[in-house]
Amino acid sequence: MPAARDRRLTRTLGVAGILGIALFVGAAILALALAATGEGPAAGAGAGAGATSGVFDAPVFDAYVFDAYVWRVARFTLIQAGLSTLLSIAFAIPVALALARRRRFPGRIWIIRLMALPLGLPALVAALGIVGIWGRQGVVNDVFALLDLDRPVAIYGLAGILVAHVFFNMPLAVRLLLSGLERIPGEYWLVSANLGLSGLSLFRFIAWPVIRGLLSGIAGLIFMLCATSFTLVLTLGGGPAASTLEVAIYQALRFDFDPPRAIALSALQIAVTAVLLLVLRWMTPPATEGFTTGRPVRRFDGRSRSAILADGLVIALAALFVAAPLASVLVSGLASDLAKLASDAQVHRALVTSLGIAAVSAALSVALATVMLTTRQILLSQRRPGRFAHLFSGSVAAGTSLVLLVPPVVIGAGWFLLLRPFGDVARFAPAVVTLINTLMALPFVTRVLATAIATHAARTGRLTTSLGISGWSRIVLIDWPGLRRPLLMALSFAAALSLGDLGAVALFGSQDTVTLPYLLYSRMGSYRTTDAAGLALLLGIVCVALTILGTARENLRERAS
Amino acid sequence: MTTVAPTIAIRLDNVAVRFPGHPVPRTLLFDAAIERGRITAVTGASGSGKSTLLNLVAGFETPDAGRVSILGADATPIPPALRPVSVIFQEHNLFAHLDIATNIGLGISPALTLDGNDRARIEQALEDVGLAGFERRLPPTLSGGERQRVALARALVRRRPILLLDEPFAALDPGLRQEMGDLLAALQAKEASTILLVTHHADDVRRLADRVLFLDDGRVALHEEAEAFLRRSEPAVVARFLGAMSKGA
Repeated sequence: MPAARDRRLTRTLGVAGILGIALFVGAAILALALAATGEGPAAGAGAGAGATSGVFDAPVFDAYVFDAYVWRVARFTLIQAGLSTLLSIAFAIPVALALARRRRFPGRIWIIRLMALPLGLPALVAALGIVGIWGRQGVVNDVFALLDLDRPVAIYGLAGILVAHVFFNMPLAVRLLLSGLERIPGEYWLVSANLGLSGLSLFRFIAWPVIRGLLSGIAGLIFMLCATSFTLVLTLGGGPAASTLEVAIYQALRFDFDPPRAIALSALQIAVTAVLLLVLRWMTPPATEGFTTGRPVRRFDGRSRSAILADGLVIALAALFVAAPLASVLVSGLASDLAKLASDAQVHRALVTSLGIAAVSAALSVALATVMLTTRQILLSQRRPGRFAHLFSGSVAAGTSLVLLVPPVVIGAGWFLLLRPFGDVARFAPAVVTLINTLMALPFVTRVLATAIATHAARTGRLTTSLGISGWSRIVLIDWPGLRRPLLMALSFAAALSLGDLGAVALFGSQDTVTLPYLLYSRMGSYRTTDAAGLALLLGIVCVALTILGTARENLRERAS
Repeated sequence: MTTVAPTIAIRLDNVAVRFPGHPVPRTLLFDAAIERGRITAVTGASGSGKSTLLNLVAGFETPDAGRVSILGADATPIPPALRPVSVIFQEHNLFAHLDIATNIGLGISPALTLDGNDRARIEQALEDVGLAGFERRLPPTLSGGERQRVALARALVRRRPILLLDEPFAALDPGLRQEMGDLLAALQAKEASTILLVTHHADDVRRLADRVLFLDDGRVALHEEAEAFLRRSEPAVVARFLGAMSKGA
């Protein structure tokens, strides 16, 4: 197959992907907007049956909905997201610097894998673990109690949300920063060693420019994640005083039966995140792709005892902070009645449902991201990228982040309305949840793949074209070997994200569609805490196994070669 | 302890470097004395250990056995920055996000505390390499040859008696190679520095080298005057190496 046909096919798929995303989200928003004005399918909602049918009654939309409560929720959403971002990054920078500097020490790979776990770990599971460590009966308070202090750490509220967000996002920032730092050409360290650059100079002239280049993108991602955080705020917020827009939307729909308020909150959320997206796009400098000669990195700095000690301390602290809640999940999970859970038919069904949804949505989101990013690469590498190229490029950036802009809960609510005329909504739950999960994974998948695909294209694009390698042989010989690592990483991220998701399934969940997190949440709610601990362990292990699978295979290959 | 003749700049005393992790475990073993004030070309086939030899002198590689001495002093405990050497690689010698003056300035002061005198030196060095007025440019806006000349300018301001060049012309086209080579020869004549030039091009040997250190499979196979080396028709590895030149020339 000639290269031109490859390009056309990729381009068609890429455009189809964008249109599909736009259609899926657009339909949901349209449905909500129509419901808000009382002209849409929701007009007949009252007649419907089902657990959530009452939610969309009384579609009256008034100015009153933007009341003090709504503004307070919006303000809290921004404050907690800002603080979470700040803390996560402030913690992540020294950790990433230390890991970049210490290229060889026993267990380094395990610490880096540990940093990948939170992202793959279901928020619900992490919340349980965090309570186990930082909660009233947790380890930290136990230590304080030994010191004759009266359990001073109160987890529920802002503190809990911050701890949980740092738990999730500090490791994410570490990984992103570290992979940026590891792309620094090996010669830089040699030249610096030859010139005698001190630790401070190395940071100022080499590490900081790289970090600064990545920072706005990472901060933006974290801020978005925290501003749209659902499960953690739901479980650790502890009440209306610490509620974010997303949780307030869910509560408005599921408990208060107040769709107008939910729509007002959604509108506010979309406005906030839209502004953020614009600011970030304007702030983020275009990534310049350095040509590396692939020289192995060897560093000569930080050999003093105090530097080794400081790095060790920073790395140990980060590892402890991330590992402790995981250990807590493990310990309390093992203490539960696992045998009973293993023979529970409900658990079996939930596992099958979850795995199916995860597999399909992960494959779909990685395929979508790859096709769209490759298309963008092809379009922008033309001699004179036309308006279409720039339009498409912008659409990819917007499309992949769309789910950050439009919360899964909102999309879910919209599709709920759309599908009602076609019968029992629960029938469509697996499909809708799968698609929402696909969208939720896209920002991560894109971030992992974007630089990888750009670098790969810069390294191989012209050579491959000039050698006339195309079609299947190009994929097998050039693209797969070059992109295997980031693709597997993306796939594992996406699968784990879907497996642990509660947001999408929260609105759609019914007797027929129970995923593992949904089952866990309902058992937590019905105070079957040992069941919950066991399920959390199960869910955690499935997700962790997936994450390890994605990275371990790569290491085996490396060792073999 | 051997006393080092004042004419010897670098001495490699049975220096062994082991690579246990490679497909087959390998040990490179170097024994050589490199004269002061001359250009020595380090050459040989790919994987013969050229860069490793250079890295030993630069301090990027630690010997598993033997001793490296530079200007008569044991260099083993000396970190790269304190060795009397400047290094230039094939690429990435300049920090891409820092302007030319800053890149050169780091050669004067690694913390970039520069006074007016230092700035005058930067200006002079740029003039010496034919790039006057390039101070505020960023490396990516320069050609490959210009970037290498900036690297040379930085080596000039550092005033180290030994210059280590690892395939410095490999990324340049023939015209630029020639130009860079002439510049290097002129600077060497002026500064009387000792230059170790790793190259896989017989052309560079002919044009620039006074002496040749020919490596084969991790050993010093030959160490002689460039003229004698260039006349060789044996051993086969050398003949092959030189044959590539006559075809290229």
